[in-house]
Amino acid sequence: MRWLYTHFGDRIFAFILLLLATGVMALALLMAYELYRGGSPVLHGFGLLGFALDTQWDPVRGKFGAWPYILGTLIVSLSALFLSFFPALATAIFVAEYAPKWLAQIINFLLDLMAAVPSVVYGLWGIFVLAPWLRDKVQLPLYFWASEHAPALLPLLGVPTGYGLMSAILILASMVVPYTAALARDAIALVPKEHREAAYALGATHWEVLRLAILPLARGGILAGAFLALGRAVGETMAVTMVIGNSHKLPYTIFGGAATMPSVIANEFTEAVEDLHLSALIAVGFLLFLVAMLVNFTAAYVLRRQERLVKGAL
Amino acid sequence: MNREEGIVLKRRYRVERLMKALVAFGTLLAFLVLLLVLVYALVQGVGALNPDFFLQDMRPPGERGGGLRQAIVGTLIVDSLGLLIALPFGLAAGILLAEYPDHPINPYLRLLSDTLNGMPAILFGLLAFVLVVKPMGGFSGLSGAFALGFLMIPILARSTEGVLSLVPKEIREAGLALGLPRWRVILSLVLPAARSGLITGTLLAFARAAGEAAPLLFTAFGNPFLELNPFKPMDTLPLRLFNFAISPYEDWHRQAWAAGLVLFALIALTSLLARWASRRF
Repeated sequence: MRWLYTHFGDRIFAFILLLLATGVMALALLMAYELYRGGSPVLHGFGLLGFALDTQWDPVRGKFGAWPYILGTLIVSLSALFLSFFPALATAIFVAEYAPKWLAQIINFLLDLMAAVPSVVYGLWGIFVLAPWLRDKVQLPLYFWASEHAPALLPLLGVPTGYGLMSAILILASMVVPYTAALARDAIALVPKEHREAAYALGATHWEVLRLAILPLARGGILAGAFLALGRAVGETMAVTMVIGNSHKLPYTIFGGAATMPSVIANEFTEAVEDLHLSALIAVGFLLFLVAMLVNFTAAYVLRRQERLVKGAL
Repeated sequence: MNREEGIVLKRRYRVERLMKALVAFGTLLAFLVLLLVLVYALVQGVGALNPDFFLQDMRPPGERGGGLRQAIVGTLIVDSLGLLIALPFGLAAGILLAEYPDHPINPYLRLLSDTLNGMPAILFGLLAFVLVVKPMGGFSGLSGAFALGFLMIPILARSTEGVLSLVPKEIREAGLALGLPRWRVILSLVLPAARSGLITGTLLAFARAAGEAAPLLFTAFGNPFLELNPFKPMDTLPLRLFNFAISPYEDWHRQAWAAGLVLFALIALTSLLARWASRRF
């Protein structure tokens, strides 16, 4: 009995843990496998590259190419990352270096909040506030100006409807700020204080300390944060779907509608009646899986190298 | 100090001030949209909020009044079921990673769990569609719960691992020194010592899933009527908000803002509760 309690109990407990943990691992593998299997009629029919690079997406005629969505995802997420980078880095520097403790606490709370606000709420604001405002105050004036002074720009600008690339990029940029900011903040805080003190001792101003002693060491953390934000941006579905205008007609224009990989799945999945259409959407999901995995592994790799760098600097 | 050095110093001070201003400006810029979203949700949402919003189901467009009871109840049911599905897996993975650091499967477990953590939410919906909706032959609240559960598993695993690794090792050593087997040490000493953190992690996972619409689009699907049977399609607040927001009806737009406010309140409340729990227990 005693033996059952100690030795056997440990075995059983570890076995149950192992069983459940295997379930977690199986879930990840199942996701890859099921997305591949679900999309295989299309992936085999058109070939992975053929499917990814074909520009035609026409469910009625049974032609499926994912390039418009891949391109849309790349444009939207990279531009959003680019736009969000300065505010995110500024927030991180402000929290870690300039803000008094009470203010830093408030800002940290707001960063958590920004990540916690549901994507549909951002989308709601995008539909009813941001997009109409952009249309009336930015796009129309620009459009009229261009039609008078620079007609060559018109095909690049596109129809000023408000619902399109521009709105999607702006709303996405404001959503991914906390991911870069949080990692950059932690990286700045982790820089050994000897570095800071050495720079101060040489007579550097606060900014010079930041630029010469702190930011170079925190670079990896900042970069990892940017990749993490990119991962979020690539997969962001609802807010983007609600404002991007959902058009897969290439070429995309700055004001005009576009579509991303998640947005086309969200839009067409429940309406897909034909098996080939459904399978094409799952194949888009498989591509999304690959992209997200690539981005996240890069982030993890950069972060691990950063940790070694900071440890080495001590 | 000669004159030239003075000029250089002045310039360095100017750069210092400029950079400080830029950093402050960037910080303000970062929070601009968040604050605007909150203000709009408050102003637009409060107008449409009344007791009926919580007590009545939605009405067809054109009919005034009505509420979103079916969506609120649905959110709670689907999200709770999802949590029930996720908890054993998430906890077990976290315990294995934190308490059995040398376990041979840990590197793979961590790799795959992190992979899941970075996956777009909509892919969990696709997975639940293939694994649950298709075999069961139709959309259902249960499949939505599976989608949200899949989503919560890696979040729970990560938070559990983090919390358990904060428990001082002396507690484990004391238990082992008393002759307790390892499983009793974990269940009766380590987990209780970490319970505030575990509660916080669970609440945060719950809040995260409560705001998701993407994984539910083709699993829970949505339902204009109150539905308590998880084998039937069910409504949730984010889903209903999305459908109302892209509809052309004024009444529904108002309800969408109210839904946004309630959703936000639900999530803020859960997060506050989580903070409170982390201090209280």
